[in-house]
Amino acid sequence: MKKLKINGNTLLLLITIALFVVMYAGGMAAYGAKGFSRLQTFLDILKTNAGLICMASGLTVVMLTAGIDISVGALVAMDCMILACGMEAGIGAVPMMIIVIVIGLIFGAVQGFLVGYLEIQPFIVTMAGMFFARGMTAVISTDQKSITEQINPLFYKLANIKIKLPFGGYVNRKGVYMAPNISVGVVIALLVLVLIFLMLRYTKFGRSLYAIGGSEQSAAMMGLNVKFTKMKAYILSSLLTSIGAICFCLNTMAASVQQALGYEMDAISSAVIGGTLLTGGVGNVIGTFFGVLINGTISAIVKTNGKLASSWPSILTAALLFLFIVIQSIFAAIREKQKG
Amino acid sequence: MEKDVVLEARGITMTFPGVKALDNVQLTLRRGEIHALMGENGAGKSTLIKCLTGINDFESGEIHIDGIDGPVKNHSTRDAQNVGISTVYQEVNLCPNLSVAENLFIGREPLTAIHTIDRASYNKRSQKIMDDLGISVDVTQNLENYSLAIQQMVAIARAVDMDCKVLILDEPTSSLDDEEVEKLFVLMKSLREKGVAIVFVTHFLEQVYAVCDRITVLRNGTFVGEYPVEELPRVKLVAAMMGKDLDDLAAIEKETVDIKNAEVVIDANGLAHTGTVKPFDLKIHKGEVIGVGGLLGSGRSELARSIYGADKANTGTLKVKGQEVKINQPIDAMNLGMGMLPDDRKAEGIIGDLSIRENIILAVQAKRGTFKPIPMKKQEELADYYIDLLSIKCPGREARINQLSGGNQQKVILARWLATDADFLILDEPTRGIDVGTKSEIQKLVVDLAKQGKSIMFISSEISEMLRTCNRMVIMRDGEKVNELSGEDELTQDGVMAAIAGGEKVNG
Repeated sequence: MKKLKINGNTLLLLITIALFVVMYAGGMAAYGAKGFSRLQTFLDILKTNAGLICMASGLTVVMLTAGIDISVGALVAMDCMILACGMEAGIGAVPMMIIVIVIGLIFGAVQGFLVGYLEIQPFIVTMAGMFFARGMTAVISTDQKSITEQINPLFYKLANIKIKLPFGGYVNRKGVYMAPNISVGVVIALLVLVLIFLMLRYTKFGRSLYAIGGSEQSAAMMGLNVKFTKMKAYILSSLLTSIGAICFCLNTMAASVQQALGYEMDAISSAVIGGTLLTGGVGNVIGTFFGVLINGTISAIVKTNGKLASSWPSILTAALLFLFIVIQSIFAAIREKQKG
Repeated sequence: MEKDVVLEARGITMTFPGVKALDNVQLTLRRGEIHALMGENGAGKSTLIKCLTGINDFESGEIHIDGIDGPVKNHSTRDAQNVGISTVYQEVNLCPNLSVAENLFIGREPLTAIHTIDRASYNKRSQKIMDDLGISVDVTQNLENYSLAIQQMVAIARAVDMDCKVLILDEPTSSLDDEEVEKLFVLMKSLREKGVAIVFVTHFLEQVYAVCDRITVLRNGTFVGEYPVEELPRVKLVAAMMGKDLDDLAAIEKETVDIKNAEVVIDANGLAHTGTVKPFDLKIHKGEVIGVGGLLGSGRSELARSIYGADKANTGTLKVKGQEVKINQPIDAMNLGMGMLPDDRKAEGIIGDLSIRENIILAVQAKRGTFKPIPMKKQEELADYYIDLLSIKCPGREARINQLSGGNQQKVILARWLATDADFLILDEPTRGIDVGTKSEIQKLVVDLAKQGKSIMFISSEISEMLRTCNRMVIMRDGEKVNELSGEDELTQDGVMAAIAGGEKVNG
C-alpha cells in the first residue's frame, strides 16, 4: 500500500525542488565568500518574499480551478496604502490589519461572485479588479508614504521583531555571535503555507477545487457545488493577498501607487514553476513555495554579485518559465501516448 | 403501479423553441432488467433521459418512483441521485486528475472527528467496492492512468454505490473496444442480479440483443412501443425506429443504366474523414442515381461531405472522370462539376434575406469568381427559367426566399445547383419536410436529370423514395460503408432494412 509511485506531477515537483537546490548550491559555491552560504541569506529570501508566498498560495488555489487572479498586485498596493494612511490618521495597527483583511474578503467575494455565479471570464473580472484597486490606491493618496516609529510604534515594533533561531549562526568579524533570525512576516507566510497545504489535501473544499479543475462539468455532474466553490476560491485568493500585503508592508514599511507593480505576474510565474497547471486540476502549494524560492534565489544571486544588471532576474525567470512549460507539455504528450 | 416496477414515466411532453422534442412519451422500468432505449438521432432519447435526471424541465407528464408517494420532479442531477436515479454518460463524467477512490467518493467523503476527509477510510472502502465488482485497480492511482473502459466502470461503480435503483447508461460503449464491452456487459449483468433497473442507450444493435431484456422505441419524439426483446427481431426494430410509412405515390419510371458501359464519373478509393467516415470505395456512373441509406447518424451525409470536400478527406484517392483530383474545399468540387444540396437547408442552404434570383445565381457566381459578375439580364433569364422548369410557386423572382414554403425553398436550392450545370449532384434529404405532392415532383425531377446524363447521389431517410428513384444503394452503418445493393431482388424495402440493421436477414 505504501508503495511510492512517482507520477508526472510529482516528478515536476521534484524537478522544481532539484532546480532550487542546484541553483542555491551554485550560489553558495560562487558567492560563499560574500556570505551566501550563511543561513541568514536564505532566511532573508524568505523575509523579502513572505508576502509573495501568501499571494502565490492564493493564486495556486484559484489556478487549481483553472482560473486566474491578476488583481493581487494592485490589491497589495491598495492594502498597503490603506494601512499607511489609516495609521497616519491615528488608527491602531490591529484595527487597521483587521480592516485590510475584511477588505480582502469583500474584494474577493465580489470577484468570486462574478466568476462563479455570473460565469464571467476570470481574466476579465480580475483585470477589472486590478484597475479598480490600483485606481483606488491613487484616490486614497498619491504620496509616497512611509510608516515610521512615530506614526505607529506597535506596527514598527512588529516589523522589527527578530525571532532568533537557536542554530545556524556565525561569528562576525568583530567576534560577535550572530544568531539567525526570522521576521513576523515569515512566520505568517509559513503558517499560511502549511494551512493551505492541509486544506487542499484534507478538506472537502480542497478536493472540490481539484475536481473542478479536472473537469468542471464532471464536478457538477457529481453533485459538487461548482459555483460556490469557485467563489470561495477567489475569496481565499484576495484574503491571502491581504494577509500577504500585511507581510509586504511589514517588510517595506512603505506605501505608494507604484507598489507591488507586476507582483501578480511574479505570483503566477512562481505557481507555474512550482508545477501548477494553468489548465487547472494539478498543483500544490509546496511546489509554489519552491517556485517563490527559485525566483527569490535568482534575485539574491544577482544582488550578491553586485555587478549584474538588475534586469537579469526577469530574463532568468523567463527562461525558467519557458523551460517548465516545455517540460509540462512534454509530460502531457507522453501521457497521451501512453493512453493511446 | 404494477408489481416490480421501479420507475414509471407517463405522458412526458417537452418543447424546445419551435420543436416538440417529446410528445406524450412513456417509459416503464422493472426491478432487475436491462432496458434498451432505442431511436434514431433526434428521436428524443437524450431528452427523455435528461427529463428523468432533472437536467430538462418537462412540461407535462408524471414520473412515479417505487417507494415514493406522488409524482417526482427532479430539478438537478443531485435530486435525481437522491431518488435513486444515477446516470453514466458517453463521455466519462469523472475527474481524470483525481484518484480512483476520490472519484468514487468526492462530494460524499467520510469525515474524521475534526471534519477533515478520512482518506484511509475511503481508500479502503473504494478498494472493496472495486474488488466486489471484479475490477482490479489500485484506487489510490489517478484515474487518468486507466483505460477508458475502467474509467467507465468507475463511473458506474460510483453510481451504483449511491444506492441507485435506476442506472442510466447513455452510449457507454461507443468508445470501448470489443473486449472492454464484454467486461462492461458482465458488470451490467451482475448489477441486474442485484435488482438494479438499467436503461441502456446504444446505437449498436447487436449489443441490444446481447444484454437487454426489453426495448422501448422512440421516433421523432413520440413513443412507438415497448417490446420484450425476443418479440422484436432486428429488422422489426429498425422498422420501428425508422417508421415505415409507405405512401401510395405513383411509381416512377426508372432508367436502367448499363453500368458496365457507362462512364465512371466519380471513383473513390479508400476515401475517409477521421471521426466521421471510415475508408470506403465507391464508383458512380454517368446517368446513375445512387441512394445512400442508413440510420440517421450512420455517416450518410458525412460520406457525401467527404467526396464534396465539405469535410476534407484525410486518406484515399478520388478520381473524377478518370482524372485523379485533390478536393480541399467545396469550391474545388464545384469546379469539377459537382454540386451539393445540404440536408439542413436553413443553416447551410438558403440565405433567407436574399431574393429568389440571388439565391439561384449564388453558386454560378461563386464558380465564376467574385470579379466576374453575371449580367443582370442573364441572372433574370436564369431565374425565370428555373422558376418555370421546377414550377416554383412564388410572387416573382425578386421575392425574398423566406416568404416561400419549405418545398419551394428546396426547389430554389435545387435550381441553384442545376444552374451551375453540375454533372454530379449530391442531394441530401431533398424532400425532408415537404408535402407529398412536391416530394414526388422532386423525385421525378431526379430521375429526369439522370436520364439527361447527370449522376446523382440521393440521400434520404425514407427507404421507399430511394427505392423509387435509385438504381443502386449504398448502405452506411456507424460511419462505415457496409453494403451495396442493386437490382430488383435486392432493392426491396425488407432487403434494405435488413442491410441497415446488419446481421441475419429476416423474412418479412
